[in-house]
Amino acid sequence: MAFKVIKPGLLALIQDLGRHGHQSIGLTTGGPMDEVAFRWANALLDNHSNSAQIEITFGMFTLEAQANTSIAITGADLAATLNDKSITPWQTYAIKKGDVLAFHQPVWGLRVYLAVKGGFICEPTLGSVATVVREKIGGLTGKGDKLQKGDLLAYQATSLHEKRSVPRLAIPNYGNRDIPVILGYQYQSFSTLERANFFSSDYKVSSNSDRMGYRLEGKEVHSNLKGIISEGIAYGAIQVPKDGQPIVLLQDRQTIGGYPKMGCVTHVGGGILAQQKPGDIIQFTPITVDQAEQERHLQMARLAQWR
Amino acid sequence: MSREEFPNIEMVSNQACLLTFSQVISEATSNYIAQVTQHLVKLTGIVDLVPSYTTLLVVFDDDHYDRFAIFKTIRQTIKAIDPNDFSVKDQREVVIPVYYGKEVGPDIEDVARHCKLSIDEVIQRHSETTYRAYAIGFTPGFAFLGNTPDELHVPRKTTPRLKVPIGSVALAENQTAVYPSVTPGGWQIIGRTPVNLIDWDSKNLALIAMGDSVRFEPISRDEFLVQGGQLDGF
Repeated sequence: MAFKVIKPGLLALIQDLGRHGHQSIGLTTGGPMDEVAFRWANALLDNHSNSAQIEITFGMFTLEAQANTSIAITGADLAATLNDKSITPWQTYAIKKGDVLAFHQPVWGLRVYLAVKGGFICEPTLGSVATVVREKIGGLTGKGDKLQKGDLLAYQATSLHEKRSVPRLAIPNYGNRDIPVILGYQYQSFSTLERANFFSSDYKVSSNSDRMGYRLEGKEVHSNLKGIISEGIAYGAIQVPKDGQPIVLLQDRQTIGGYPKMGCVTHVGGGILAQQKPGDIIQFTPITVDQAEQERHLQMARLAQWR
Repeated sequence: MSREEFPNIEMVSNQACLLTFSQVISEATSNYIAQVTQHLVKLTGIVDLVPSYTTLLVVFDDDHYDRFAIFKTIRQTIKAIDPNDFSVKDQREVVIPVYYGKEVGPDIEDVARHCKLSIDEVIQRHSETTYRAYAIGFTPGFAFLGNTPDELHVPRKTTPRLKVPIGSVALAENQTAVYPSVTPGGWQIIGRTPVNLIDWDSKNLALIAMGDSVRFEPISRDEFLVQGGQLDGF
């Protein structure tokens, strides 16, 4: 039993929590751009935390159900409809055979997570179904293809449904566009003035942003270092190339690189960033590792309590 | 080999720390990093490792392990390692057959001119050197191999190619590499290997691992074709 893709939209990808353990050979992890939203969609349905979902970017995506099931949608508001009736994210919906589920265009945010009871059934490649288009790995075909018209997204049919929604307090505050940054890597190579500029300026999301990295436009920042010996890039690393315009490296990032880095955005912050569209304005705010851990543990505790 | 210094450990995000072994690139440091990587990979709680020239990025499971416990485990593991134990037997030698020539290496004439060598001399210098894989990255299985002999140092191309064919063997500054997949690339291409550098169905996935020794072996056009080499792609 499956959902049939009627309209594939701009970019809809099968994702789980990512393909880990292969960065030493240069293979990126992939995974959900908004991890908090992804985790909640699985939690709402009592799925395994790593169950496969669809990450729908921007919308123009339509599915038809071939069997009964229960779904959860989280993340952005892409003006979703179920049989032409508006539905809102961060809750579950019962699906009947023949139902048409559509995601039109962003009202706010950019990426929706669609989970189905029991998870979408998909053969993993190297232990994960996460689709990385650039590396031609993962997804329905295992070859990194984005979803196409006519694709069948298989699930185990069920008529069991429980109406549930995420507690309001547990939904990330997407309105707060102050993205938290843990200082690290070469931040000491940026002078006090450069750091002050970085943390007090508005940055605009460039249209060249994608799952690999978010390019930002705004006040130039410069390191005292011209380049560095190439080193491993952690999730959320803020790389500053010669033009002084920061790039935040996200789920499909390259594994090593040789530009100076200011530090890393947290997973929660990276998720909020990934919901911004080209032209949106963000700021950065420095936090300590302790604060980042607390933020993370709070999120995980809310998820654990729910289950 | 002299005793390597204990690496500096620094948190870079809420789930990753960077181990810095040295400020300069050397074979001794690279050996030590390869050795530490082999030990850390066995530890639970460690999710991913990214070894490079002078550093090792350690990604850990921050939902189940706190950073202090991870730091302690890393320190204890490294302390128990004797860098002098790293012997040649731990180091694999990978031999890569290469068909050198203009047909698949369109920059070989430019390289020869720039280096003031004949094409045969370029091939000889490139294939008589044993290289070390200092880092893997850029794309899966792309090994940064160093160092090329001084006479073979060439700058990158001013305009990178949008599509470099699979298996292309290339030079840039003091490094050489094989392109494992079709990607854009700015290195000077001198030949092509019929061998797959990346194979998702194989045990190691990538032919070359960080720390390996790598040699290139010239083969003829016929041998290249017999081994499944493709001539097109440009």
